[in-house]
Amino acid sequence: MSEMNRRDALQHLLAVPAGIAIAPDALERAADHVHAALDPQGATQAGTAQPARPRPYVPKQFTPDEWRLVRMLVDYLIPRDARSGSATDAGVPEFMDFMLGEYASMRTWMRNGLGWMHAESRKRFGTSFVSASEAQRREILDAIAFPKRAAADVKAGVEFFNNLRNLTASGFYSSRIGIADLGYIGNRPVAEWKGTPPEVMRKLGL
Amino acid sequence: MSQPRNDLYDVAIVGSGAGGGMAAYQLTKAGARVVLLEAGGMWDNTKDSAMLKMPYDSPRRGASTSDRPFGEWDACIGGWSIPGEPYTKAEGTKFDWWRGRMLGGRTNHWGRISLRFGPDDFKRKSIDGLGDDWPISYDELKPWYDEVDRLIGIFGSVENLPNHPDGLFHPAPAPRYYEHLVKRTSDRMGITCIPARLSVITKPLNGRAPCHYCGQCNRGCMTNSNFSSPNVLIFPAMRTGRLTLLTDAMVREVMTGPDGRATGVSYIDKRTAEDREVRARIVVLAASACESARILLNSKSTRHPNGLANASGVVGKYLTDTTGTDVAGFIPRLVDVPPHNADGVGGGHIYMPWWLDNAKLDFPRGYHIEVWGGLGMPSYGFMGGIQSYPEGGGYGADLKAQYRRYWGATVGFSGRGEMIPNEKSYCELDPEVKDKWGIPVLRFHWEWRDTEYKQVKHMQETFRALIGEMGGEVWSPMPTREQGYGIANGGAIIHELGCVRMGASERDSALNAQCQAWDCDNLFVADGGSFVSQADKNPTWTILALSMRVSDYITRQRRAGAL
Repeated sequence: MSEMNRRDALQHLLAVPAGIAIAPDALERAADHVHAALDPQGATQAGTAQPARPRPYVPKQFTPDEWRLVRMLVDYLIPRDARSGSATDAGVPEFMDFMLGEYASMRTWMRNGLGWMHAESRKRFGTSFVSASEAQRREILDAIAFPKRAAADVKAGVEFFNNLRNLTASGFYSSRIGIADLGYIGNRPVAEWKGTPPEVMRKLGL
Repeated sequence: MSQPRNDLYDVAIVGSGAGGGMAAYQLTKAGARVVLLEAGGMWDNTKDSAMLKMPYDSPRRGASTSDRPFGEWDACIGGWSIPGEPYTKAEGTKFDWWRGRMLGGRTNHWGRISLRFGPDDFKRKSIDGLGDDWPISYDELKPWYDEVDRLIGIFGSVENLPNHPDGLFHPAPAPRYYEHLVKRTSDRMGITCIPARLSVITKPLNGRAPCHYCGQCNRGCMTNSNFSSPNVLIFPAMRTGRLTLLTDAMVREVMTGPDGRATGVSYIDKRTAEDREVRARIVVLAASACESARILLNSKSTRHPNGLANASGVVGKYLTDTTGTDVAGFIPRLVDVPPHNADGVGGGHIYMPWWLDNAKLDFPRGYHIEVWGGLGMPSYGFMGGIQSYPEGGGYGADLKAQYRRYWGATVGFSGRGEMIPNEKSYCELDPEVKDKWGIPVLRFHWEWRDTEYKQVKHMQETFRALIGEMGGEVWSPMPTREQGYGIANGGAIIHELGCVRMGASERDSALNAQCQAWDCDNLFVADGGSFVSQADKNPTWTILALSMRVSDYITRQRRAGAL
């Protein structure tokens, strides 16, 4: 389908027949969004969740210990790789800090779950998760990351990790980094809907 | 908004959704001076819409808020619970009541599926002996459906299917990748699958630009390329200079004179909490089926001791909602779909109208199927529950690969079917509870019957068969009878209809065939309250057609000097 640059988008939006009132600033705003979506290097908009991270973020909901732990955990879930950055690169802990302030139920499972991780590590290794060795950390993660084969006595850890995985994915894949990773290219005006590209039909055998 | 003047309007309309917006448009166009009251605030898609915002434009990433349960950018302000405006439920009743509180009401929320009721849908009792026939036929409503198509616009395809009348359609958009697969699978299984019929325009219409396929209809369209009441009906009505709009106006009751006729409405200005009144020659209620019933039940007087339009006692009765259940599954064939823009319009590009013969089934009436899936904009909730995919969870590089591979490999089906009205499903005034302005609130009673459970069981079995035929795995086990086969709560599909129903006799209906109160000739209902039955179809297009017809009747009666 046709993808548009900012000028084309604006022109499409302006292709409204005379006689109907559309606020010009609304069109400008719409076109700006299109432009920003097309140009991830573009100027950072006000209100964007990922500024250039010049100074350390001070969490409002997490304690300093929880903050260290949650930053470590989200990067175990979504690490940096050849295609894209990590969960912390994408601002996932900051996103979580915001969400915990807004949704009380999230606060509860997060706090209980981080507490469980800490206690489990103390129980197994006599040290916190953050200061445990890489192998020790992976032992706990492997025990809770696969619900179907997890032992009954780590059920609380499994439930927490499911929630944490979901919230990490929400924060990561809704960020600029995550959206670029997936290759999502919608939410923009297209001049003509042409249906599914032939190469996609071929790939799917349709 | 302009201040109410102390003078007499030709018509007072309560509610600015599909029914109220259409009445305001038609009546002002016909020359009437109209006052329109809306319980919520102002809204203008061209200025207020979040169209084209990206998820990272908000720290919430599109998650829901208390007044936007369908996500922070959903156009519709309102929800299942509104502070200060409670409703109650009888013991054992599961019922959810959605209310829009903004200009345009629920037309800011809906999926824009715009299906005409068919000839059989107006005479179901004559066909299967259940419920009641309507006092009007499809042929009587057809010209109004045609007019709605011309005025508002709809895409679809001419199919000549029995009981699924075609409209005056704009071209329908081509299917998305997964919709092609669903279409082929349906064809193999003998399930009728055709292009969707949505009120989204794909050609210029009446000064509105065609759709630009950003996929975010639910946020409100800045170019007015889909239907919502404010931008397509109410603002054009205001440009006649004959419409006075009162927002934040919570209607208490319809006022009547000594002769029992309506004299206007009393309302609370929510901004000042002051009681106010507007006087009008004619009152049209379009506040939503249940809210209109509530206003009528609260409009008690010596002449109308049980409330207005309620001499028969049926106001609040025969409340129905659409039956609904959903099934989704993982489709291995769709793994690793090449990323491409699969947004399209804000809704399905295909659907399945009811295709079976009830004579060969153990339940009456039918359902249609809505299809979902695709490469939608990643936002809050993205691929939740990935531990259900084949790897069973995990973390790290492997997890990241899973998100990439499985994004777009889920397909879901939602059944939307016809409930038979029953005497256990109704609303009434709660004898004690009042809202923050002292207005008595509704108490709901609800019961699904075997007719609905069997229908929903059939939906579940059909959707599971479809997913199986596509080579997929259903996410959830088949719900049991004890789990109601997964039927949604009453009210949850947001198609409440029928508690101010029309009929052929004043003994068992509130309104006559013109949606005019039997016991108050200058009072009309132009929302879903007048419906005698549901159908296997969404109600909005029929609400619009009925409201247009009511407005035409009012206009002709006024010109003839009869009102």
